[in-house]
Amino acid sequence: MPYTKRRRLVTSAVAVALGATTLAACGSSDEDGDTQAGPVSLTYWTWTPGMDKVVDLWNKGPGKREQITVTVKKQASGDTLVTKILTAHKAGKAPDLVQAEYQALPTLVSNDALADISGEVGDAKGKFAEGVWQQTTLGTDAVYAVPQDIGPMMFYYREDLFKKYGLKVPNTWEEFAETARKLKKAAPDKDLTTFSANDSGLFAGLAQQAGAEWWTTEGEKWKVGIDDEATRKVADFWGGLVKEGAIDNQPMYTPAWNKALNTGRQIAWVSAVWAPGTLTTAAPDTEGKWAMAPLPQWSDSENRTGSWGGSSTGVTTDSKNKDAAAKFAAWLNTDADALNALAKEGGIYPASTSAQLSGAFTNPPEFFANQPDFYTKAAEIAKTTAPSAWGPNVNVAYTAFKDAFGTAAKTRSDFASALETMQKETVADLEKQGFEVAR
Amino acid sequence: MTGTTARRRPYGVKGAPYAFLLPATVLFLLFFALPIGYAVWLSFRKVEVSGLGLGSGARKEVWAGLENYTDALTDSELLDGALRVLGYGCIVVPVMLGLALLFALMLDSEKVRFTPVTRLAIFLPYAIPGVVAALLWGFLYLPDVSPFYFVLDRLGLPQPDLLDGGPLYLALSNIAVWGGTGFNMIVIYTSLQSIPAEVYEAAKLDGATPLQIALRIKIPMVAPSLVLTFFFSIIATLQVFSEPTTLKPLTNSVSTTWSPLMKVYQDAFGKGDIHAAAAQAAIIALATLVLSFGFLRAANRRSKQEAAR
Repeated sequence: MPYTKRRRLVTSAVAVALGATTLAACGSSDEDGDTQAGPVSLTYWTWTPGMDKVVDLWNKGPGKREQITVTVKKQASGDTLVTKILTAHKAGKAPDLVQAEYQALPTLVSNDALADISGEVGDAKGKFAEGVWQQTTLGTDAVYAVPQDIGPMMFYYREDLFKKYGLKVPNTWEEFAETARKLKKAAPDKDLTTFSANDSGLFAGLAQQAGAEWWTTEGEKWKVGIDDEATRKVADFWGGLVKEGAIDNQPMYTPAWNKALNTGRQIAWVSAVWAPGTLTTAAPDTEGKWAMAPLPQWSDSENRTGSWGGSSTGVTTDSKNKDAAAKFAAWLNTDADALNALAKEGGIYPASTSAQLSGAFTNPPEFFANQPDFYTKAAEIAKTTAPSAWGPNVNVAYTAFKDAFGTAAKTRSDFASALETMQKETVADLEKQGFEVAR
Repeated sequence: MTGTTARRRPYGVKGAPYAFLLPATVLFLLFFALPIGYAVWLSFRKVEVSGLGLGSGARKEVWAGLENYTDALTDSELLDGALRVLGYGCIVVPVMLGLALLFALMLDSEKVRFTPVTRLAIFLPYAIPGVVAALLWGFLYLPDVSPFYFVLDRLGLPQPDLLDGGPLYLALSNIAVWGGTGFNMIVIYTSLQSIPAEVYEAAKLDGATPLQIALRIKIPMVAPSLVLTFFFSIIATLQVFSEPTTLKPLTNSVSTTWSPLMKVYQDAFGKGDIHAAAAQAAIIALATLVLSFGFLRAANRRSKQEAAR
């Protein structure tokens, strides 16, 4: 089926090539005309900054040859866009291409908003790490998106202040806790870091590293494992640190947090590969003073990390030109020039393994000029990413996390009961929607 | 010829009012009644999933009856949110209207100079969008970046956490009071200006002090304006959304469902459950209607009784 569709597209494209080239040369594009034959125009919803410049490369290069013009419509990121896509899909008016975070894919697929493009992009599988690709298939034979960027998690710390207080970079979480206590003793007004309840992705990534699988399927039933042993271990660990006052309990991304990082009142941050960009704006005065290390491990023998962030490019079921859209999605996320431009203009860390060490990633980020092997290290860490397991109501679990853990962090109380609340609310929502949930 | 006009005329006269009403009616139906009707219709439906919910046709919309309504009314979070907003309203409304009345009376008194400038200065915060005001105050509430805390710290005074527990209500109320007092003051002041000067003259001849004039004449005469501002304030309080939403990222104390309207937003755009959100919105609208019009009727009845006396 995909093959015949593609062939039809090629033949029709050739058939009108003569007439259309003159059109394209004039710089005009067919906005919403006949999509069966002739030049194809696609709309792409994305939040990546500078994406229009990357798309220009396509429209002037391969896109021009293939008569496929892509128009970028800049969107808000994350959950807001998921809602917008679903609303548009209800009206049958979703754009051809959308950017979607990995954890949003099951929600989108479950609403029948994303098309199976396995026929068109299946060949790209080899360009990505297995754990990354698996997120776009949801464990089925279908492929619902092409991975764009990933966010392998890492440990960031102030090299100078670690030296000043005689702290060692922690290899295990046990050492991490010791480091936090040691710092508190040496400088009571300082914190190693904070436990923030306002970004659920961080906690999800930490649980993933510990081996948690929050959503799995059993036959025709979903199984929710948010309150599983691995996640409980993570929750107890951070809850313990907050309770004893070894780390701070205030949220991230506030003016206060920026100031704490900028003035060295917080001297480390458990984050992901994109942290240099955040630190550049949050703590501009600390340039060149940070260093990156692998995430602490749960035992000496392990070497795993979780992921925090990352997104993919999907083709919607509403698109009338799925083959053309899939072709663009594959080009965008596997072509060397495209990825290089994405890195330069959009500041993303590519999911494509070959791109992780080339082009823009041969030099460290400006903010980390002191660590020349930043991206070599990052690529090694990315390889150790634990598999993730997303389900159809990640958004509900994420909201439950923010509220339950926000309260627990504020009152420095038991994180275990917050985790229970999160599990309960997630299961209740699945059941309310009519999903069968395995016990 | 005369026959035709005679026949036409009654029709024309009869039809004219309807023709004049037509634009308003069409607009009302299209942009008011229809969306509300659609929301109500949505509130009686729900989405049902079969199996794992993956692939096409796994979700379908079905009739839910009153299920969304019973869910909403038994949802403790919605009720808690309503109580939180009630607590917030108990601070905002009296303080805001009290200050508005006080400022209006002071501006109206003969001894005040620079009236236009003062009036503008008090009114100005109303011109600042709610989100901007909340951001502005949010920065002032955060101990690490606030100049107030810097001063408190230098003076060795205790530094209360304004974004937590009870003080959070004060912090939120403060934003609303700061932004809303000016508007209400203008409403009351305008109605003070329309009191005829003879009334004051008569009062003065009778030997009334300025304070007595304010209490016995001015306040009773602006009572309708006070009722109106009270009415607006109740509605605004029940619909509080932007201030807590803006402060939410700054603190762990404001949950995603802090106020009822935030819960509606969260259910519609966070959970993607527009049906539950529609039912809650209908309940909030109904509660607002009952409360505000209930108050208006009670106020009207009192003023009628007074007039009868």
